[in-house]
Amino acid sequence: MLQAVDVRFAYGAATVIDGVSLTIPAGRIVGILGPNGSGKTTLLKLLGGTLTPTSGDVLFDGHSLRTRARRTLAQRLAVVPQDTHLAFDYSVIEIVLMGRYPHLGALEIEGPRDLEIARRAMAATGTEAFERRPFTTLSGGERQRVVIASALAQLDRPGAGSREPEGSALLLDEPTAALDLGYQLEIAALVRDLNAERGLTMAISTHDLAFASAVCHEIVLLRAGRVIASGPAAQVLTAANIRALYDVEADVRRDEESGRMVVVPRRHIRP
Amino acid sequence: MTSPVRERWPFVAGSFLLLVAAVLAAPLMGSSRIDFTRVFDFGAPFAENVDAQIFFIARLPRALAAALVGASLAAAGVVFQALLRNPLATPYTLGVSTGASLGAMLAITFGWTLPFLAMSAASAAALVGAMGSVLIVYWLARARRAGLSTTVLLLAGVTLNAFFSALILFLQYIGNFADVYRAMRWLMGNLDVSSYAPLAGALPFVLLASGIFVWLARPLNLMAAGPEAAESRGLNVQRTQRLAFFSASIVTGAAVSVGGPIGFVGIIVPHLVRLVAGADHRIVLPAAAFTGGAFLVACDVVARTLIAPVELPVGIVTATIGGPFFLWMLIRKN
Repeated sequence: MLQAVDVRFAYGAATVIDGVSLTIPAGRIVGILGPNGSGKTTLLKLLGGTLTPTSGDVLFDGHSLRTRARRTLAQRLAVVPQDTHLAFDYSVIEIVLMGRYPHLGALEIEGPRDLEIARRAMAATGTEAFERRPFTTLSGGERQRVVIASALAQLDRPGAGSREPEGSALLLDEPTAALDLGYQLEIAALVRDLNAERGLTMAISTHDLAFASAVCHEIVLLRAGRVIASGPAAQVLTAANIRALYDVEADVRRDEESGRMVVVPRRHIRP
Repeated sequence: MTSPVRERWPFVAGSFLLLVAAVLAAPLMGSSRIDFTRVFDFGAPFAENVDAQIFFIARLPRALAAALVGASLAAAGVVFQALLRNPLATPYTLGVSTGASLGAMLAITFGWTLPFLAMSAASAAALVGAMGSVLIVYWLARARRAGLSTTVLLLAGVTLNAFFSALILFLQYIGNFADVYRAMRWLMGNLDVSSYAPLAGALPFVLLASGIFVWLARPLNLMAAGPEAAESRGLNVQRTQRLAFFSASIVTGAAVSVGGPIGFVGIIVPHLVRLVAGADHRIVLPAAAFTGGAFLVACDVVARTLIAPVELPVGIVTATIGGPFFLWMLIRKN
């Protein structure tokens, strides 16, 4: 379980997160929606521990992230960033093996077990076919899945996956932002599978309302660093909330077959 | 199948053998011919073995200096490129060499001498100048935020380079002809080493940095995906950045104090090595160091023998090879 308790964060004088409290129950998927600049990515970084709150606290299974050692935290909490740019030409298997970093000693080299774990993670994400390919030659959707594989390799530890009380968490920052329709569906299916099979606790920031409603158990609406609504997609994604969130008049329907919310934007209202 | 890093160990071993071969072969070449078997003929007393004397006293120190400087610059290039996440970074991008040059210029222009050290005054002043510029850049980059902002590092380095260059020009303008001539020679990059003393001066810095590099190799891999991705994989990014910055700066300073600001080794060699050996820094860092050493030893042989008995500054040789290589790389990238 991942909790934010009255978290505030400011870059210098600019407050980006302004008193956010939310709970991501163990084994659940929570989507974070909000307009550009609402603080989604910052909130995700705070939940992942790469940023520290100016005030308030983030708790992982009841323990503050401030008091947890980086490496032991990384064994249980992984982040898939939006930007997957790499400075050098690593092969796919090398990227996935990098996820093993928090499990290895300072000068230890990945062994057969780490390799086996990496292979498993690649099989789970459907990336085993390009194990030897340079990461930079992959398409956006393939890269996204390789980075997810790396995160899975990072979370793989003895006893994990057996739904132990202290679960693992995976945070994804706009996983579908740069992807076409086909890849969006693929990532949605992957996210749901990982949640169902491994009991992963997940937080996903996204702009994609349909994706969020199809994948997330709960949705948090973030505007100007504050939570304006939260709950199951069907309750939260209403015309009134969309208007409060984006200043957009929209028709909201539920597609019974897929369970997805269909949001048709009509008009931008200038406040 | 073994892990990819184990498969690539031969690149490290191969580049090491290349370096050893270069260091042993280089002293055999030169204006007076010497014979390899006679050099290592330990039956004859050393005082009477002219070949051994030329090999061990006149030429080996220079080959070793070239190896040390080349290895240092290539390794520093790899580390700076990883730290700044910029494949076009060089050991000199952050102002280390211009600081060193300014120090050397001051020593030469004002005729400083060092009566108590084996090191020359220009070398010592270069070392002090290098360390001074490192501290200034570090202080500037830190003043902005908790971490080391690579953008600020770059800007501070570029600005410091320009500022120190202006001071160097000023010193050249006010200096007398003979001093300016000597200083120009120094700035071209020269391995005019004829004793083991300069090596002994640089060695502690190189050893210290090498120890850090061993630890640094894997963290640098994680840094390729950016500081936040590295942090979320459990890496202490701030410590990694600091250690990378200081260790690479220290070896660069030590290398420049021995050979002057020899160009292009720190960028050609890392790229060639990455081209054949992949991106993993646990392979690239040692392989680039050994290859860089061998490369500079070879360039120095060319510099000594091309228009013998006149010796070219080795910096001219590396730049003549390096300039076109760099352009080729730019074209290839786009």
